[in-house]
Amino acid sequence: MTNALSRLLADRDWLLADGATGTNLFNMGLSSGDAPELWNVDEPAKIRALYRGAVEAGSDLFLTNTFGGNASRLKLHDAQGRVRELNRVGAELAREVADAAGRPVVVAGSVGPTGDIMEPMGSLTYDAAVEMFHEQAEGLKEGGVDVLWVETISAPEEFKAAAEAFRRAGMPWCGTMSFDTAGRTMMGVTSSDMVDLVAKLDHQPLAFGANCGVGASDLLRTVLGFSARGTETPLISKGNAGIPKYHDGHIHYDGTPELMADYACLARDCGATIIGGCCGTTPEHLKAMRAALESRPRGERPTLETIAAALGGFSSASDGTGEDAANAPARPRRRRRS
Amino acid sequence: MSEEEDDIILSELPDDELVQQMFDDLYDGLKEEIEEGVNILLERGWEPYRILTEALVGGMTIVGNDFRDGILFVPEVLLAANAMKGGMAILKPLLAETGAPRVGKMVIGTVKGDIHDIGKNLVSMMMEGAGFEVVDLGINNAVESYLEALETEGPDILGMSALLTTTMPYMKVVIDTLVEKGLRDDYIVLVGGAPLNEEFGKAIGADAYCRDAAVAVETAKEFMARKHNQMAAG
Repeated sequence: MTNALSRLLADRDWLLADGATGTNLFNMGLSSGDAPELWNVDEPAKIRALYRGAVEAGSDLFLTNTFGGNASRLKLHDAQGRVRELNRVGAELAREVADAAGRPVVVAGSVGPTGDIMEPMGSLTYDAAVEMFHEQAEGLKEGGVDVLWVETISAPEEFKAAAEAFRRAGMPWCGTMSFDTAGRTMMGVTSSDMVDLVAKLDHQPLAFGANCGVGASDLLRTVLGFSARGTETPLISKGNAGIPKYHDGHIHYDGTPELMADYACLARDCGATIIGGCCGTTPEHLKAMRAALESRPRGERPTLETIAAALGGFSSASDGTGEDAANAPARPRRRRRS
Repeated sequence: MSEEEDDIILSELPDDELVQQMFDDLYDGLKEEIEEGVNILLERGWEPYRILTEALVGGMTIVGNDFRDGILFVPEVLLAANAMKGGMAILKPLLAETGAPRVGKMVIGTVKGDIHDIGKNLVSMMMEGAGFEVVDLGINNAVESYLEALETEGPDILGMSALLTTTMPYMKVVIDTLVEKGLRDDYIVLVGGAPLNEEFGKAIGADAYCRDAAVAVETAKEFMARKHNQMAAG
């Protein structure tokens, strides 16, 4: 069965995804602490403008403003009863903008983490997570998204729960994890672990990869890790526009459009097919990325040194893959009970 | 796991081996075994404070070091902290009765506008694991809520957390208010959160930026030691 994304993937050897949602909404006046998803209903003109920003900058695919649209996150704003509505409306606005683009643009329904820690460390059960993601998925499906897109996940169980929920919704999907702790996710997953995790899923994604995390350099090291492990599934690279810096009471990301253009081409050379930005990535950045991907030739797979030279150094010496994994120090163990 | 590994009977171990075994059980997040170990040491006449520092804090230090060094990750640390909590629940009332010295007290909360709490919870757990008393204000704290807690709780340390680049500047609002009220020097101010860095911590006037929960514990201990030295000197 084909869908808008699988058709684009069949025709093209790279696709430009979108940039930041949060950063751009804050620039439009969203206050910290408010739920961006409420704007789907309260400020539809601004959400359309957000979507149009990505489409007009040349994105082939963009995410809906529904990242925190699960019951657990919306509960913090006492809006847990509005999951279906907020996701449906966020998707409908996106559909409208995509259909008016005059070229194929994929609407991907964003699904972020629940924010809860899963059993046995935390209280969230697998079944409850599946149910929560499924509720959100149905809202997005109803609003007309082409694919579902789970992102910024750190726990393997949560990623699996999303895949299962999307199977129940009968929807194609993509998924990314966030590798922000010395090249691993907060829960310790390495890039090669994720390849293995994805390979075992019953409901296979159209593409998978990494988003957010630390800077653009770290993200590309993760993409190199995916391709080194070996996978036929297209890879996604959505990195932040540099690192947040503090200046006179406000924050800005230090990644310029030029840097993100270099990042986009390097991401393609690393083996990524769907390339976009994350926090701090504005339409300006996306335009530069599109122009570079169209005009510059493909290069060889870059080394870590090439990446560091172009985009800056890495946040940690190792990312827990390859030889590093084999050499990991182990604590001498005493006897233990079974 | 394997057949040849016999079940260990905790009560049959001499003190030093029991403490070593408790280190391992903490490392493996075995809550019931930790509770059992604490009870055995109490029966053997150990002071509650000695059990806390030598068995529990000692074990959590190993966990903290391995977390810092990238050998353990959040899931293992959460399980270890949970096991520690089981032991602490037994010791807490006894520590209060015996008037044991306090390691230190921290008020912690995520700043206004920010509803993220995993990192903050981890710091709370690791701080408790290190023997600190922690008052957790939860998420979305305005400056007033920090001030009120500082007044009622009288902590040594104020911890602030933020996950968003849009909320991290609020830490400066809190610190500026403390300065304005002449309270800044009464507390050790530690800040943390994914988008922060050392430069930011300095720029807003915090005592230190803590990269992760393990660093937070080390930093807190270091500042407490300095504070005690100053008190001794003064």
